[in-house]
Amino acid sequence: MSMMNLLLPTVSQGLLWSMLALGVYLTFRVLDIADLTVEGTFPLGAAVAATCLVKGGNPVTAVLLAALAGALAGAITGFLHTKLKIPALLAGILTMIALYSVNLRIMGKANVSLLNMKTAFTYMHNFGLSNSMSVFVVGLIATVVFGVAIYWFFGTEIGAAIRATGFNPQMIRAQGVDTNITIILGLVMSNGLVAVSGAFIGQSNGFADVGMGVGTIVIGLASVIIGEVLFGTRSFKNSLVSVVLGSVVYRIVIAVVLQMGMPPNDLKLFTAVLVAIALSLPLIKAQFQVRKVTR
Amino acid sequence: MLNIEHLSKTFNPNTVNEKQALLDVNLHMDPGDFITVIGGNGAGKSTLLNSVAGVFPIDKGSIVIDGKDISKMPEHKRAKYIGRVFQDPMLGTAAGMMIEENLAIASRRGKTPGLAWALKDEERAVFKEKLQELDLGLENRLTARVGLLSGGQRQALTLLMATLKRPKLLLLDEHTAALDPKTAEKVLGLTKTVIEKNNLTTLMITHNMRDALRFGNRLIMMDAGRIVVDVNADEKAKLTIKDLLDLFEKAAGNALDNDRMLLG
Repeated sequence: MSMMNLLLPTVSQGLLWSMLALGVYLTFRVLDIADLTVEGTFPLGAAVAATCLVKGGNPVTAVLLAALAGALAGAITGFLHTKLKIPALLAGILTMIALYSVNLRIMGKANVSLLNMKTAFTYMHNFGLSNSMSVFVVGLIATVVFGVAIYWFFGTEIGAAIRATGFNPQMIRAQGVDTNITIILGLVMSNGLVAVSGAFIGQSNGFADVGMGVGTIVIGLASVIIGEVLFGTRSFKNSLVSVVLGSVVYRIVIAVVLQMGMPPNDLKLFTAVLVAIALSLPLIKAQFQVRKVTR
Repeated sequence: MLNIEHLSKTFNPNTVNEKQALLDVNLHMDPGDFITVIGGNGAGKSTLLNSVAGVFPIDKGSIVIDGKDISKMPEHKRAKYIGRVFQDPMLGTAAGMMIEENLAIASRRGKTPGLAWALKDEERAVFKEKLQELDLGLENRLTARVGLLSGGQRQALTLLMATLKRPKLLLLDEHTAALDPKTAEKVLGLTKTVIEKNNLTTLMITHNMRDALRFGNRLIMMDAGRIVVDVNADEKAKLTIKDLLDLFEKAAGNALDNDRMLLG
């Protein structure tokens, strides 16, 4: 296949994954928490949606149920972190590990196939769309709907309070806001989004697998960082758009390196190195500037 | 307005780091009282303010604001009654948010946030007017991120935020200590103006004896977790820094050993 034939499916995948990136953005950037729950909520979303579809549910119900399940997982991490004072990183890990068992219980096995099932994408065939076009349309609609919803929510008083919690919890408490609640709310929204992303990716892949969450936090971080570097962080709106575009660019980068002959097994190593370099850039930049000055 | 009775607080009890920060402190403030608080390092000044603000639970005693017992109320619920400015200019504002977003949050202090817009268009005019009073040129920078402001500008903004919605009690914890002398003077001037204009009941910690004498209508001095000197407006007007040091020596039984305070 040529590069151009790959472009549409690659962009479509980027859009489906962008809800994961938005979720990771909400915790990593807005709340200033590295939340590992996502590694469990991503397959949770896929598991819930797949199980719902297999039982005859329609795709919309499947995605909504996935969102609800993800939100609940986020609430549990939030409870562990705020009420039980477990460090955020560890709280996320605990929920993630617990979700592994929960996901197996939901599916009843390690893998649920969606072969010949009605999914969000086959539904689009009714409108005369091709396979690849329907993935693109569903991805675009979902990204716009959730993106606009996030933008609206963070323009409200609660949204502003959540953003302020990430920047300065002491300040927002002094303004009368319970930071336990804002942190929990942020984690609920983030993990809800991640589960939705998992629900779509599961349907797009044609199966839900208990191991499909491995490395999702790093994929989310890569998308957030690539987006911020390439498309800016001038305002909250700008940041949201950047993160979505970052997710798309990340998929294009992956498609290109695979085309260039990188073994797929090295993908996670590649992504981890990419994120490590991006996260250390500020320090490297600062060191570089110090050297310039001392010279 | 503020009534503190038998307030005690010990940090790290029953450990080698045990520290009795407050010992049976009693303080009554009338509405409109502006008290300056001085004392050496570890005297309990900040612990007193933080106890009132609810940063940590107190061990014993009661704190009543305007007839309401807030002793057991969590920090965020007390915000309805209390405006605060901290020593560190970074602590009072959200650096990554715009000036107008910070002000919008402050104008809703004590109100449970809902799904209404965080910032309404008509509020901007009010913010502009209030920022103009600070005379720092911030009125034209409503959409600038607070992180771009200088320490002095951030403290002035925090002061405005603490008083935007009139608090029953204003707590100032050495809020000019981290600023250069010229900026500190400017922020103190603004503090005086806003307190007088709104007739605010205020507790102000300062390490500067001259400021403690220049500002407020009452002065208290703390040592080893107790209020050891309490001077009313008439006596205060006649005091010199020398008198203050003598008073302290007499009350605490030892000379004040805080260079920072003496130099101030």
